[in-house]
Amino acid sequence: MFAYILRRLLYALPILVGVNLITFALFFVVNTPDDMARMQLGIKRVTPEAIEKWKAERGYDKPLLWNDNAEGSRKVTDTIFYNKSLRMFVGDFGSADDGRDIAAEIGLRMGPSLAIAVPVFVLGLFVTVSFALLLVFFRATYLDFSGVVLCVAMMSVSSLFYIIGGQYLVSKVWHLVPISGYAGGLDAAKFLILPVAIGVVSGIGSGTRWYRTIFLDEIHRDYVRTARAKGLSELAVLFRHVLGNAMIPILTGVVVVIPTLFMGSLLTESFFGIPGLGSYTIDAISAQDFAVVRAMVFIGSVLYIVGLLATDISYTLVDPRVRLE
Amino acid sequence: MMPFVPVLLWSDILLWLLVAVCLAGALMARRSEHLRAPWRRIGGSASGMAAMTVLAAFFLIGLLDSVHYRPRLTPQAGQTTANYGVEVLSVLDALAAPLKNHPEKTYSAPLAIRLFSREAIEEAGDRVVWSYPRLVYGGASLGADTAGAGRDLLTTASVGAALGLAVWLLLAWPLSAWLPPGRGRKSALATLAALLLLFGMLLALSAHYHVFGTDKVGQDVFYLTLKSVRTGLMIGTLTTLIMLPAAVLLGILAGYAGGWVDDLVQYLYTTLNSIPGVLLIAAAVLMMQVVIDNHPAWFATAAERADARLLALCAILGMTSWTGLARLLRGEALKLRELEYVQAALAFGVSRLAIMLRHILPNVMHIVLISVVMDFSGLVLAEAVLSYVGIGVDPSTISFGTMINAARLELAREPVVWWSLTAAFSFMFALVLSANLFADVVRDAFDPRTRMSE
Repeated sequence: MFAYILRRLLYALPILVGVNLITFALFFVVNTPDDMARMQLGIKRVTPEAIEKWKAERGYDKPLLWNDNAEGSRKVTDTIFYNKSLRMFVGDFGSADDGRDIAAEIGLRMGPSLAIAVPVFVLGLFVTVSFALLLVFFRATYLDFSGVVLCVAMMSVSSLFYIIGGQYLVSKVWHLVPISGYAGGLDAAKFLILPVAIGVVSGIGSGTRWYRTIFLDEIHRDYVRTARAKGLSELAVLFRHVLGNAMIPILTGVVVVIPTLFMGSLLTESFFGIPGLGSYTIDAISAQDFAVVRAMVFIGSVLYIVGLLATDISYTLVDPRVRLE
Repeated sequence: MMPFVPVLLWSDILLWLLVAVCLAGALMARRSEHLRAPWRRIGGSASGMAAMTVLAAFFLIGLLDSVHYRPRLTPQAGQTTANYGVEVLSVLDALAAPLKNHPEKTYSAPLAIRLFSREAIEEAGDRVVWSYPRLVYGGASLGADTAGAGRDLLTTASVGAALGLAVWLLLAWPLSAWLPPGRGRKSALATLAALLLLFGMLLALSAHYHVFGTDKVGQDVFYLTLKSVRTGLMIGTLTTLIMLPAAVLLGILAGYAGGWVDDLVQYLYTTLNSIPGVLLIAAAVLMMQVVIDNHPAWFATAAERADARLLALCAILGMTSWTGLARLLRGEALKLRELEYVQAALAFGVSRLAIMLRHILPNVMHIVLISVVMDFSGLVLAEAVLSYVGIGVDPSTISFGTMINAARLELAREPVVWWSLTAAFSFMFALVLSANLFADVVRDAFDPRTRMSE
């Protein structure tokens, strides 16, 4: 097991290097730092001195890959690639345009992001799986049919509509919760209820349909017929046999997103004014703060790879046939 | 001298190319029985045909909006050479000229004849009244007789509905002869009737009123929604079209060739896939903005710049979404490689390239088709979110996302301005819902697994 995890971690390394190279190419080769400086300082009236100053402030005034003017190992380390890309592997993301340290900011904003993402994830999973089991229990009836129609309709609604509509109805018309904002501690609840509810509702359509197909795949298997032949009730068959065996395809889709919950949700956080990582990213995008976007891309990939690894390990927990060697 | 110069935007060319490919594919499919069979199954499905009718209506709007030209300016006295305007118009703009060229001052409610907000109006005799001024164009035909507005709306709408019905009768006859009889034909004709009735009423009313109201700067919302359709369709179709060659080539190559090619392709898509989609798109769009802003000389008109940005967005979206298709194709090619007919071709000395082109490619095309159709609705929804966040289409391009973005604060107003958001969301819902229903039917018809279980 330990050897397996170690080997998987080693496999992940080239992928992370690839991600690192892609972000480096995207941010420094497609456009030179000069282009970015001109863009941020305004295209028309920009002096070479202003560009140099902008680059020096951010440490972009070094050569990209190889510094001929430096001595010894500093030929490699005194470059943009080393300082801006390679240093991300040790958690050094540099500082944002407002001068604050990105790593510290991320640590600060993780909490609010998780406060929304975790309840949405857990409740959403519970609601969609139970809804799907309900539809499968009543399969090939009008209830099942109308449930699927409802799911397709809910899938076709834009996530923006759920947020804008929910915020309007609950906060503005009914005055149940504040429109937006955030507070620490237990006070956070009244700010979180609505975004969590909207997050769960907007996921019902696609989630339910997905789990329904998984369960329907299982329900025609031989072991289900055996279980029924033994005289088990349909409910026992569904919960004990079908749900248990459907765990592998469910885990494949579910475990991989758990680490990425840290990233928060871009839309929800910016609409509800929650100071998490999602709104941090959105603000960085609209302010064109390249350093923050670069850091978020890298962290997102690391978390995704962790999720893939966790998925494989979780198989061993639910399926005794799977052994990681 | 021509009254206009045609303008060929890159996205137009690609869209019409796609139409040509679809027509060629349809002609090919007509000839062989095994390709006709799945389409017959779609033709027999009620929901599939209804969805297809709605989609066809949307595509008609989008295609009308994809023929661009620049009109000639009215020549000055003594001028010999023709001058053409800088504004790029489309056929849809020409057809919807009354909508486009009749702006009001600011917000007005759907079908209203007065502005939404009060203003100081000077009346005869220097009297200033604080009231809702009449619209310049909305309900102008009524003149002073504002009491008759309700009756006028009713008669105009019924004339429009009657016209819609008349068009339906004209179309229904050849259509019912052409479509195979059954539930599919019934539902297609019923959907067409509903669409034409609705459209007849909307068009008749929009000649004299702002059917969906006007937005903050007084633009007709109905016109904006019609223009948004093209952007949505472009994103939904061109994205998959752009990424298709790479995904098909790499997927089949990895599956069939194996070895280091397989490892390389797998590494490539695992790496791209491990970057969260939105963030990769955000980073790429930010960089694209820098390129476009630093090279203003590349684009002759604002329309060309917006078009380049639309295409770049499609390419970026495609870059993040080709991985799924490539993985599916690799798996399928891996399976097909071991089948007897491929082994036989190999034994006969057919070259590996020919095997991939003649024996593998045709047998994975159903996967390509299904994934193109399935991706469409997700991309239309993604466009709205991305444009809302500010990393989508050019702000000057009319799209569902930019409409929603412009109207983001309207629900917070008192009294509420609800019509822009409602119009954008309901058109988007209709488009995405019909795309989803159509995708389900296409998958069921083309997927050999579901066919076997029947």
